[in-house]
Amino acid sequence: MSSTPSSHLHLAVALDGTGWHPASWREPVARPRDLFTAGYWADLVAEAERGLLDFVTFEDGLGLQSSRYGELDGRTDQVRGRLDAVLIASRIAPLTRHIGLVPTVIATHTEPFHISKAIATLDYVSTGRAGLRVQISARPHEADHFGRRAFPPIDLAELQSPAGQERLTGHFDEAADYVEVVRRLWDSWEDDAEIRDVATGRFVDRDKLHYIDFEGTHFSVKGPSITPRPPQGQPLVTSLAHQAVPYRLVARQADVGYVTPHDTDHARAIVAEIRAEQEAAGRAGELVHIFGDLVVFLDDEQAAAEDRRTRLDALAGEPYTSDARVFAGTPAQLADLLQALAAEGLSGFRLRPAVAGHDLPAITRGLVPELQRRGVFRTAYEADTLRGLLGLTRPASRYAAATTA
Amino acid sequence: MSKPLKQIHLAAHFPGVNNTTVWSDPKAGSHIEFSSFVHFAQTAERAKFDFLFLAEGLRLREQGGKIYDLDVVGRPDTFTVLAALAAVTEYLGLTGTINSTFNEPYEVARQFASLDHLSGGRSAWNVVTSWDAFTGENFRRGGFLPQEERYSRAKEFLATTQELFDSWHGDEIIADRATGAFLRDAKAGSFVHTGRHFDIHGQFNVPRSPQGRPVVFQAGDSDEGREFAASDADAIFSRYATLEGGRAFYSDVKSRLAKYGRRHDELLILPAASFVLADTDEEAGELAREVRRQQVSGATAIKHLEFVWNRDLSSYDPEGPLPGIDPDVSDDHISKGRAQVRMYRDPLATAREWRELAAANNWSIRDLVIETGNRQNFIGSPSTVARTINEYVQADASDGFILVPHITPTGLDDFADKVVPLLQEQGVFRSDYEGPTLRHHLGLDLPRSRPRSSGGTPTDDLRGEERAAS
Repeated sequence: MSSTPSSHLHLAVALDGTGWHPASWREPVARPRDLFTAGYWADLVAEAERGLLDFVTFEDGLGLQSSRYGELDGRTDQVRGRLDAVLIASRIAPLTRHIGLVPTVIATHTEPFHISKAIATLDYVSTGRAGLRVQISARPHEADHFGRRAFPPIDLAELQSPAGQERLTGHFDEAADYVEVVRRLWDSWEDDAEIRDVATGRFVDRDKLHYIDFEGTHFSVKGPSITPRPPQGQPLVTSLAHQAVPYRLVARQADVGYVTPHDTDHARAIVAEIRAEQEAAGRAGELVHIFGDLVVFLDDEQAAAEDRRTRLDALAGEPYTSDARVFAGTPAQLADLLQALAAEGLSGFRLRPAVAGHDLPAITRGLVPELQRRGVFRTAYEADTLRGLLGLTRPASRYAAATTA
Repeated sequence: MSKPLKQIHLAAHFPGVNNTTVWSDPKAGSHIEFSSFVHFAQTAERAKFDFLFLAEGLRLREQGGKIYDLDVVGRPDTFTVLAALAAVTEYLGLTGTINSTFNEPYEVARQFASLDHLSGGRSAWNVVTSWDAFTGENFRRGGFLPQEERYSRAKEFLATTQELFDSWHGDEIIADRATGAFLRDAKAGSFVHTGRHFDIHGQFNVPRSPQGRPVVFQAGDSDEGREFAASDADAIFSRYATLEGGRAFYSDVKSRLAKYGRRHDELLILPAASFVLADTDEEAGELAREVRRQQVSGATAIKHLEFVWNRDLSSYDPEGPLPGIDPDVSDDHISKGRAQVRMYRDPLATAREWRELAAANNWSIRDLVIETGNRQNFIGSPSTVARTINEYVQADASDGFILVPHITPTGLDDFADKVVPLLQEQGVFRSDYEGPTLRHHLGLDLPRSRPRSSGGTPTDDLRGEERAAS
């Protein structure tokens, strides 16, 4: 299996509703009434695959979308409601062949046992193209949907206070445990556990099935998984991070971290911080990709992109702001920016199309050819699995290693 | 005029992790690879079956403290594989077994509503309960639920998810570009549920799906399970596939419907049924015996005896006589994670009876397990099997069958090619799908959403009207 030359960029696209701008659904190319159909998602992912992208991510949440961080906003002028991201990814898997499928999973209220087998199964139905993006929820109204924990009110400002940071640390520690359980369960069947030995009547070699015996603050999980080891061994684990606590999760548990640099200095600082955490976590020798997240308005003329942004802001009634840098310009300008950021240590980007129906095709038909001309993006899929596309080897099960050591 | 013939419902159970599945046959393929599921589902759809059925167990079975290794072990995640199958089928219903103990209503409702959207209205939920601490060891709450509360939780779980499904009425999304209104109502999806097992409130985030709610199956056999089915389920996955046993179960459960204000045809009885087909009845009989021997290896026979004896019998020869020692009747059972051990309510009596049978017939342990085990429900030539199935359904032993082939993934092929055309010729099975949703296939009405709690117009769900008109 060949791998991407290191000078090449990796590209992912983040899919969320009709796009990341809250007024995107009002664009003529948007298909807001199709959001709850399989066909809508199939078309978007087919377009991304046409552009040879590494993977797509699917946003998700355990409550209605909101323009506010910690509570519902009661608005009716933006897209509300969504389908389960793992199931969208699975529904699309048989319709695609190369592109990675990375749904969001919420660690806070769900069961790591269920998610581990769900992503393993996504890996089977996609023959090795599955990943997950792990997210926490500190929102009290989402906790009320489960009724098992009560969280106090929270907002972005409060998150920066010492108490807020402590809360955040608790949620991210739980997420780290969650990913640890998910990963151990993926390894809990050795690759050759199924033997079908007719002579002895044994279907599996049970010495190759392992209890994971995880014990943590929020849960204990015995294992083994009910699903055999997935094709990639370890499907991709990814996470979005904006500050030290989530950077630590990336460093401890992820294969890809999404970060939000606003310029090259910022990118350099973030990369240094994550690499230091990676070393502290004992993973210095492992390949951990750091991808920059950018919201993009992409047109052949810069003015057209800026006009579109202005027009959508007017429809929304307020200027669009984001945790990520918002880019409006041409494919060549975006390629310049990506290369400049990549020089600071980012190995790829997760682009958030402002309007899915417009900016996704602009990425695949405008940006991708531009990057190919510059010799920094693939011209054909070079691997059969998502790990392969990202230059990650297929790891042996940790339990197999323990047995043979 | 004579009574019109009942239409038969047929479904396909993906071969599972019991010894009925013959993995040792050279024809047997993967139980995990998606290509097996695709073949199986597309065969069922080619034969115009109502739906595909997936079972689930949330911990690998153990016997004597070790993972049970003689049957198929391992299966994919139910929701995920059903969503993928929605991409390679167009009409086939997709029924998943999902546990009401180690899940939460908000999440399960999201998953079923999503599956229903992504499949265009083909989802169904076989609600199962469990309570054991053994399975609980894989989940956040451990073995939190006392056995006697499992149906109480299951009932409230189901009721809560239905409140969530009904929290959207189907007309909230207007997406009017001109006015900028995406939602008609900021309170879409609002729910409050306060009960013994769940105390939750907020807004559900999946709009109403094509079927409104998934079709609900129930599989328990206890008195409580039957009441649960009569009050809450659309269909029962039963174990009574014989003529007499089926008729007794059918009339028992159907007679319970009236007290819940439900019609006779609002609950379908669909037993699991195995089958063996060959060109002639005689050949099928021989093949059935052969399959039984494949299903019960010497090692399997010993393990099966251990269910009853509740002891380690590994030192016994499967080709030799039954153990002289009596079963251990203590509570801690040698077998964990399977339901059928509870079938032997009086192990001492069963052991006595089996010893007498073995002595009278000169049977070894393996012979005994083969002879006393369930033989296949339908054995014969295609015409015999088609005729028998039709007789059973017309005699109200069931409304149809959930067929459980013994070979993965090709075990349904002959049934699809040879039996189904005969049923179609007799006019008792559809020759094409008549509607897009599983509710159409099963002849079930679309559920009406509940009236809005305040404001708005009392709803006739739009899709409900379409159904009524079709």
